[in-house]
Amino acid sequence: MVINSRFFNRSELLGFLALAVLLLLILPLSLDIFRLNLVAKYLTYAFVGIGLVLCWGYGGILSLGQGVFFGLGGYCMAMYLKLEASSVANTKIQSTPGIPDFMDWNQLTSVPLFWKPFHSFPVTLLAILLVPAFFALIIGAAMFKRRVGGVYFAIITQAIAAILTILIVGQQGYTGGINGITDLRTLHGWDIRTDHAKFILYFVEVVLLFGCIVAAQFIRLTKLGRILVAMREQEDRVRFSGYSVANFKIFAFCAAAVFAAIGGAMFTLEVGFMSPSFVGIVPSIEMVIYTAVGGRMSIFGAVWGALLVNFAKTSLSESFPQLWLFGLGALFIAVVLAFPNGLSGIWADHIQPRIDRLLSSRKSKSAAGMIADGAPAE
Amino acid sequence: MLVGHQPKEFLLAVSGLTVSFDGFKAVNDLSFYVEENEIRVIIGPNGAGKTTVLDLICGKTRATSGSIQFRGQELTKLRENEIVQAGVGRKFQTPSVFEDLTVFENLEISFPRGRTVFGSLTFQRDDTVKQRVEEVAEMIFLKDRLNTYADQLSHGQKQWLEIGMLLIQDPDLLMLDEPVAGMSVSERAKTAELLNRIIKDRSVLVIEHDMKFVEDIAHKVTVLHQGQILSEGTMEHVKNDPKVIEVYLGH
Repeated sequence: MVINSRFFNRSELLGFLALAVLLLLILPLSLDIFRLNLVAKYLTYAFVGIGLVLCWGYGGILSLGQGVFFGLGGYCMAMYLKLEASSVANTKIQSTPGIPDFMDWNQLTSVPLFWKPFHSFPVTLLAILLVPAFFALIIGAAMFKRRVGGVYFAIITQAIAAILTILIVGQQGYTGGINGITDLRTLHGWDIRTDHAKFILYFVEVVLLFGCIVAAQFIRLTKLGRILVAMREQEDRVRFSGYSVANFKIFAFCAAAVFAAIGGAMFTLEVGFMSPSFVGIVPSIEMVIYTAVGGRMSIFGAVWGALLVNFAKTSLSESFPQLWLFGLGALFIAVVLAFPNGLSGIWADHIQPRIDRLLSSRKSKSAAGMIADGAPAE
Repeated sequence: MLVGHQPKEFLLAVSGLTVSFDGFKAVNDLSFYVEENEIRVIIGPNGAGKTTVLDLICGKTRATSGSIQFRGQELTKLRENEIVQAGVGRKFQTPSVFEDLTVFENLEISFPRGRTVFGSLTFQRDDTVKQRVEEVAEMIFLKDRLNTYADQLSHGQKQWLEIGMLLIQDPDLLMLDEPVAGMSVSERAKTAELLNRIIKDRSVLVIEHDMKFVEDIAHKVTVLHQGQILSEGTMEHVKNDPKVIEVYLGH
């Protein structure tokens, strides 16, 4: 009678295990540290994808500004790392030693007030989660309480992404400007630039990713997950069932922001810098494309989408740098037109049934012995 | 205390209600009162403002002026979900159910518990919920379809499901917008039977065109015409009112 009694159903469990084997065994054993670090970079987008599955796939709220939250998480982490890298000993050639190099170049003589909390590691970790959540809360409350939705919401998120980029680029002395925050060295005294550190960070990231997958799956299976689906179809019916639709949308948007921010913080650690080129409109749209290609209704699909599209991006842009963007655009159009549920949809509709049929026919063959000679006509 | 001089307590008191859309008054200075356990049917020609009245009561449309008192609470100032929580349930004209969810999940979402974000995260599908869902599913003839996705249901079954979703909310005032429209004859009979069962212990406000159906269930009928009340009273009274005859036959 009860429908969703188990946390993962059979195919989800298989998906989880397949991903675990790939990420924890196959890739670390078969790739050199440079390629593994690239995979780690791809996976940071999977965090964004998981958030988009909840927010867009389930809740129907398309955000074209997830780069904002990816960036906020990334910048929070980068600010901590930068302050640690800017010790007096490291920066003694500057006119003001002990402050980040770009501040010195911009004639700042002390660390600005909003940088001060990032001297502390625990505060930084909290900020990575809370700053984007708070920002999403404000945007969400302002939009959803006024019943702004659909295309209008998407356009506004896009505008916010553009505004934040301009702000970061313009306030060079406080943010590092267009170059971003570079030359990051240690995390709480631990050098993140070594191969060994990159290897460890990769595993930390994969574990965090699985944590986020489980969290997203938990949200999906609660009544809140079903309300998100209900809201996507019949917003009024949800409202007239006694729910405040705006609050649920705000929650979904904030959750997506937090997932994106975790990805952003990991990005800073894996890649060693953060810049406005990961905040703006183009990266935000790319994040939506990864999710669409993987399948916006599938948490695992979002992870695969981020991995495969980024892999294709790296290999194709190495050989055909000019063509890549056209390829990405074409891919998006193809997915939207032909496979609205992305790779996970193709898997669920075409591949999974075939495997099931194969398995069940084999089972029935072994059970029925020699009778099952004539294959069913299909 | 002026015992005996107090006005009668109405469940719903609509007074001086007006809504204008760009100058066009869809509902114009409308007043009517619904008592506890009363079944009131609103009839009227197309464009008379029947659906708008329901929209105003449930908060979907905001009134330009006037007041709607429900159990002494002013509804015009509340949000839609607060009006539902105050005890007003609304069924729409076209069936609006969640097609990507199962019948069980549709009914469960309407169960009046865990309606906040946190409440719905910690919501448990316990025996009370299951029992109530099964009970209601039996009433709406969908007991053996609990695991069916709502998009697989027929038009009539969707209408029943939506009625079921209202039932599980257990509202004090139930508002139904053309509950038997588009149903087959046998579905219609079953729906009448269903409605007769669920209208006990609550007040019901129904919009309906099917006169036989109206005669069957109505305690009192309100006839709307151009946003105003044309006539009000028993079905017998309304049927013989010359103004009503003129409006209906004049078309």
